[in-house]
Amino acid sequence: MTTNPTARDTVLGRIRAALALAPTPDSEVPRVYRTGRTLPDDERLALLTDRLADYKAQVHPCTGDRTAEVIAGILHERGARRIGVPDGLDEQWLAAYDGEVQLDSADIPAPSLDALDGVVTASAVSCAETGTIFLDGSPGQGRRALSLVPDLHVCVVDLSSVVAGVPEAVARLVPERPTTLISGPSATSDIELERVEGVHGPRTLAVVIRTDA
Amino acid sequence: MSTFLGMPAAPPRSPYGTGNLRGDRKFPEAAHDELRNEQLRRNLSRATRTIRTKRLGVTGELPDWERLRDAGSAIKTDTMNRLPELLEQLERKVTERGGTVHWARDGVEANEIVTRLIRATGSRDVIKVKSMATQEIGLNEHLEAAGITPYETDLAELIVQLADDKPSHILVPAIHRNRDEIRQIFLDEIPGVDPDLDNVPAHLAAAARAYLREKFMTTKVAVSGANFGIAETGTLTVVESEGNGRMCLTLPDTLITVMGIEKVLPRFQDLEVFLQLLPRSSTGERMNPYTSMWTGVTPGDGPQDFHLVLLDNGRTAALADTIGREALNCIRCSACLNVCPVYERAGGHAYGSTYPGPIGAVLTPQLAGMHAAKDDPNSSLPYASSLCGACFDACPVKIDIPSMLVELRHQHTEQSGTTAEKLAMKAAAGVMSRPKLFAAAQKAASLGRAAGGRDGTISRLPASLSGWSDSRDTAAPPKQSFRSWLASAEGAATMRAAAGEGAGRTAEEPEEEQ
Repeated sequence: MTTNPTARDTVLGRIRAALALAPTPDSEVPRVYRTGRTLPDDERLALLTDRLADYKAQVHPCTGDRTAEVIAGILHERGARRIGVPDGLDEQWLAAYDGEVQLDSADIPAPSLDALDGVVTASAVSCAETGTIFLDGSPGQGRRALSLVPDLHVCVVDLSSVVAGVPEAVARLVPERPTTLISGPSATSDIELERVEGVHGPRTLAVVIRTDA
Repeated sequence: MSTFLGMPAAPPRSPYGTGNLRGDRKFPEAAHDELRNEQLRRNLSRATRTIRTKRLGVTGELPDWERLRDAGSAIKTDTMNRLPELLEQLERKVTERGGTVHWARDGVEANEIVTRLIRATGSRDVIKVKSMATQEIGLNEHLEAAGITPYETDLAELIVQLADDKPSHILVPAIHRNRDEIRQIFLDEIPGVDPDLDNVPAHLAAAARAYLREKFMTTKVAVSGANFGIAETGTLTVVESEGNGRMCLTLPDTLITVMGIEKVLPRFQDLEVFLQLLPRSSTGERMNPYTSMWTGVTPGDGPQDFHLVLLDNGRTAALADTIGREALNCIRCSACLNVCPVYERAGGHAYGSTYPGPIGAVLTPQLAGMHAAKDDPNSSLPYASSLCGACFDACPVKIDIPSMLVELRHQHTEQSGTTAEKLAMKAAAGVMSRPKLFAAAQKAASLGRAAGGRDGTISRLPASLSGWSDSRDTAAPPKQSFRSWLASAEGAATMRAAAGEGAGRTAEEPEEEQ
């Protein structure tokens, strides 16, 4: 739906007038920057680990069969007694966790997520070169509020979903899905440029990288 | 669309007297006061140096950085050339996905639209994500006058808002405040803050977290800007660090996004370029902590009522200027601020506009004009530069800011009527074209030595030329001009000796080379 059609026509008319007054030649976009890069598993793992550590995220590489054990270890260490999980998360991942698990759903008011100690989610794709994890709300990743409000985010990344650079990651996205790019815990440098980790988003980001998944 | 007969009319600038695109004073006057603020200069110097170093580190890491800049620049040029169709496509896609699109001819209209939308929700409070566009149109002031309380949620914007201050940097708006000042602002302005709060940045950030968390959890409406709007898919993007953006874009029932019409990008794929250019140029990070992308309304996830306000406010006037339109390519990274020797010393407030620094000096006059009133402060902005060119080198979309500054200076002199400077130049041209008169004038000028101090400089010229001497000393004229020295016996002898020496040397040189 569009409101105020007069304003719409006026603005579009002004743009057309401007383009007539100051025409410029057509522009071809030279896409000769790096795209379609591939890197071997060990290099993507090393690069992603290095970048995440640089952002002060915790990194836990492990084989798929140890997923439950590693997740339980992180939650235990952080004292997380009550966690939220999205619909579609692999139940096996929480097999070793003995705390309370709240299955998230759209009718739970977002503010009540503040009472959770942490959240465990999967991820859609990750970019090794920038240390960025992409969540797109597919099963196992949940609505955006779930990975935002609790103070601890345990995020599971399969090495097979880790790509080399930004173009390779963007190519794997589904534009219409609500997508969040996460590069470390939230941070600010607004006071005398001194970096402070953890403002409004989760103050702790723990990334479990499954090296054979 | 109307049919044009002959040349179309030039689109209007942002209406005079509205928004925050014009200061009260000209740049030199404002800078004069700011330069006395040692805290500001120390903070700015440290901040700009730190970000410069980080930026060079992470841009140097990418072997295709220059190719990304070329692509970014070309995508922006292509966007401006196809702006009508892209905006219509964006509107169609957002609408298809359950959003509502509004068009605002200027800031006044945008403010009215946003106010009406907030009122319709019944909420008296609104949480805000840092946004240059809403700063530009003075949305907060408008909302307050309408009885709606806007809460800025970016830490620096919060500091600025609580102190009833103005931002001084695009990226770090409270760069002019130190930790002690921020502590005092929080103690004075945040209700229920711990009275023992100290000045440690982590503790100050924690105080802001506690204060704002309650706002995030209870406020039903949010207002944001947008870094990019994708025409192909209707996807909006906000790039941030603290998570306040995610909170505002996710938790409220209603989201209102105000976006300048130039922020549209043709394809979703274009994000692969800008998500590399923006964070590395802006904060000097490989990637900013959080980026949010949303397309209209997603059932069960985030605001179920989404409004996009497309803002002109002088952008079409800029687009009608062959050279000036390049200012619309800006992605608000602030790299040009951090490399600018003038900005580093004068600070952001001296520019009087929401957009400071080199890009502000070209964008502000494009959006709001330079000759809207007698002695328009904006007419001083094109001169707030030494034309060193560092901004052009740093710009991720290769905006040729120095050429635009020169063009604006040209436009300014063309517009200005007869000034003392113009008359003086005309007189000088007349005198210099007649050698005898020129020699006589030089002789007369040497009498001006009497006006010079012991250091041979004149610190204040007479009234008609005082504009020059306000900000610089003038060397007192020499005892003798070069022309009169050359005509003297001493001059003639020196020239003969030099000619002989030169002839001798050229004869020897070939032998030395062998």
